[in-house]
Amino acid sequence: MNYIPHTAEDISRMLSVIGVKEIDDLFKDIPASLRPKSFDLPAAKSEFEVTRSLRLLSGKNASGLVNFVGAGFYDHFIPAAVDSLSGRAEFYTAYTPYQPECSQGWLQAIYEYQSIICELTGMDVSNASLYDGGTALFEAMMIALRQTGRKKVILDSGVSLIYRTMLYTYTSNLSIEFVEIPVAHGQSCRKELLKYLDDKTAAVVFQNPNFFGAVDDYSDMVEEVHRRGALAVASVYPVSLGMLKTPGEMGFDIATGEGQSLGIPLSFGGPYLGFMAVRNDLLRQMPGRIVGATVDSEGRRGFVLTLQTREQHIRRHKATSNICSNEALCALRAAIFISLLGRGGFRELAERNYQKAEFAKDVLSRIEGVEVKRSSPTFNEFTVCLPCRADEAVNRMVEKGFACGFPLGRFYKGMDNYLLIAVTEKRTKEEIRRLADSLEAVI
Amino acid sequence: MKLIFEEDKEGRQGFSYGASDVPAAKPLPEKYRRKEQASLPSLSELDVVRHFTNLSRLNFSVDTNFYPLGSCTMKYNPKFTERVAAFEGFSQMHPLLPQLSGGGMLAQGSLEVLYGLEKLLSEITGMSAFTLQPMAGAHGELTGAMLIAAYHKKRGDRRKYVIVPDSSHGTNPSSAAIAGYEIKVIPTGPDGYMDLEEYRKNLNTDVAAVMLTCPDTLGIFNPRIKEIADMAHAAGALMYYDGANLNALLGKARPGDIGFDLMHINLHKTFGTPHGGGGPGAGPVGVSSALEPFLPISRVIRRADGTFALDYNYPESIGYIAPFYGNFGVLLKAYAYILALGKEGLIRTAEIAVLNANYCLARLKKYYELPFDKVCMHECVFSASKQAENGVHALDIAKYLIDRGFHPPTIYFPMIVKEALMIEPTETESKETLDAFIDIMIEIAALAKDDPSAVTRAPLNTPVKRLDETRAARQPDLRWKRP
Repeated sequence: MNYIPHTAEDISRMLSVIGVKEIDDLFKDIPASLRPKSFDLPAAKSEFEVTRSLRLLSGKNASGLVNFVGAGFYDHFIPAAVDSLSGRAEFYTAYTPYQPECSQGWLQAIYEYQSIICELTGMDVSNASLYDGGTALFEAMMIALRQTGRKKVILDSGVSLIYRTMLYTYTSNLSIEFVEIPVAHGQSCRKELLKYLDDKTAAVVFQNPNFFGAVDDYSDMVEEVHRRGALAVASVYPVSLGMLKTPGEMGFDIATGEGQSLGIPLSFGGPYLGFMAVRNDLLRQMPGRIVGATVDSEGRRGFVLTLQTREQHIRRHKATSNICSNEALCALRAAIFISLLGRGGFRELAERNYQKAEFAKDVLSRIEGVEVKRSSPTFNEFTVCLPCRADEAVNRMVEKGFACGFPLGRFYKGMDNYLLIAVTEKRTKEEIRRLADSLEAVI
Repeated sequence: MKLIFEEDKEGRQGFSYGASDVPAAKPLPEKYRRKEQASLPSLSELDVVRHFTNLSRLNFSVDTNFYPLGSCTMKYNPKFTERVAAFEGFSQMHPLLPQLSGGGMLAQGSLEVLYGLEKLLSEITGMSAFTLQPMAGAHGELTGAMLIAAYHKKRGDRRKYVIVPDSSHGTNPSSAAIAGYEIKVIPTGPDGYMDLEEYRKNLNTDVAAVMLTCPDTLGIFNPRIKEIADMAHAAGALMYYDGANLNALLGKARPGDIGFDLMHINLHKTFGTPHGGGGPGAGPVGVSSALEPFLPISRVIRRADGTFALDYNYPESIGYIAPFYGNFGVLLKAYAYILALGKEGLIRTAEIAVLNANYCLARLKKYYELPFDKVCMHECVFSASKQAENGVHALDIAKYLIDRGFHPPTIYFPMIVKEALMIEPTETESKETLDAFIDIMIEIAALAKDDPSAVTRAPLNTPVKRLDETRAARQPDLRWKRP
């Protein structure tokens, strides 16, 4: 199957307008010695054949397990209207709105998205999206390095190991000094952090809730960071912001995060949505597209891509970032998702997640040998200590139909018995009870 | 149109989670709670549906308009790939399932897709292996620049520079700079090719890599590309292929055979996945065997028993580029697209893409200046400099095209062409569509002579007229605020 509309007659008429005999004449600049040594690819298939074979492949995935795995990526319900509206081809088959007069729909939607991100995070300005939460954190760190002219970055170990690893990868040629502050009892260790915070520090990075699910108020630490002239960077879980103190309220300079939880399917790791919002004075350091409102020649409100002198297509190697394509369609999904929920629905979502997780803690703590860690308040994810290896328990739970959590020993030494459990609004009381019963049976 | 915030009404709610089935818990202590609630818009579901539906109608898109945006390959995006990506077996997969014990077995379907796509891309490009992690073309370039650095570092070779031609995409120098390189820019000669003398002068053992688009951003295939690659290799530098223009070469030439050491592919260009209003895309990076040890982890392998697994055991790997395996949903659509087209469909794609571009070139070159008069590949670059003498600039032509229902070509790029109009029709557009577009372009050329203001006052038929971009930049209004 291909999607080429040309008839034989079209082709011969076009060739004669061009003034060549055959299509191959148009490829004469490619010397014979550079023609493919091999092009051994399968023959064409029909839409039906490809659909059928991929349907079969999708059946080889264990997507039907009752999911209590989170670790930064959450199984939330997506209202049908999100799929239906973002599935409008006038959105998804357009490209970056370079020509504003024929892209007002996209531009306004991004402006609304930026406004929503600002409202969620309590920050001043947002960009139009980045690839994911990890690359957003990298870009935030780059802002801090440029803004302060310093080279040292302090990472709280409550920041996801996945993101910390990404930061190390991206900076391996940039001679940045990293300091990791270990967590104590799942919480940020303030005393330890203050030991390393000095006048050479460009940024301090926290995650809230942290990787272990612990909720914190970093206001005191942000004050210390500012006293040293460094920037405070937060990575946050947007659904939690229906309830939790915002990065803006805590005084953070830059808020980033993974927006997958805002109406975007898990889809085995992507596409997701990196978001970033900053204080006003960092606006011109921001990476990526930004949409602004302005007026047309008749004074009507309209929207354009703006502040483009930061960007690679103008500034080339001096740009604030190399990003070109972003995750616009995922940003649109987030804007639709939040608009459907509204103020009430969004609060309800956060409260429901909190309530379900508290219920799960309560039920699980009644199992003999299972210890629910309670040193910090949590949002919708928490840590339990099992009387056996968590990865083995997880394996046995798969046979009972559960993805029962993330075994922390995978990422942290000495935590082989610890399990990280996420409970979203999708998990029913019944499923939580069955989780507890099954876990009791396998440990 | 009103902003969605301006349609808000207290008391409306478009969605509810229903009654809770768990008992109320002790509330979270006040200290951790937000003090000020987010001012989110509250509307009925129909209000929201109508708002975004009406917004969508203000956009041009491939499904509604011819979209010859040069360098972006705005081809038709087959509908069935959307359906495949939405299969619950794929869309509901948590990316950490393979991290559970024996977890690879929980994700055999997804891992097979990744493995299969990597093999197909390797054969299409002549590369030895691919990482599918990069989430866009520029992200692929950054990954490539880091691979280049890792390669030289391993050889104990500290090199400072990356060479790009002045016709390159802005992302090339920008990506290399973010990876820590300084940039050397080579001018384009009068023949439209990179100036080989300047190139030779700048090549030395401090050069880590040469980043090139091929065909270049003028839409021209440089017949001396092999020589350029050989010179780079003789200086110990690597050759990076910017795959933005790969659509022209499918089955006609492979970067690996030409002598490129690494490359990225924009799956949203060449392999038909939707551009999504600016993303998500996918920018897989392919490498020669010499660079394979440095690829990001994890990598997908096939075991002897035919099952698939994630392998993290690559001690020289640069690390994690993405949190997981890349934009899986996009990768899956590209996989479906390649399987449907098959070998013949891919070759035909390049042939018809090139035929369409040359047809536009042949019919328009009497009317617009062609700075480099050569057979083009998948796109052709004109200059509106003749029209500009009468005050009709590339921007004006773009706005007039919008009035007539066509998305404009890319304008003012490549930067080396004054008043550039970069037209990439793609293979999925019919002769009738091209003729209609070309006729309007000819009409514009005539108006530029006889009645320039008819062009310069465009657009007249759009929801807004020309917008004040200076004001947008000088007085940034970047969000709604509660009145």
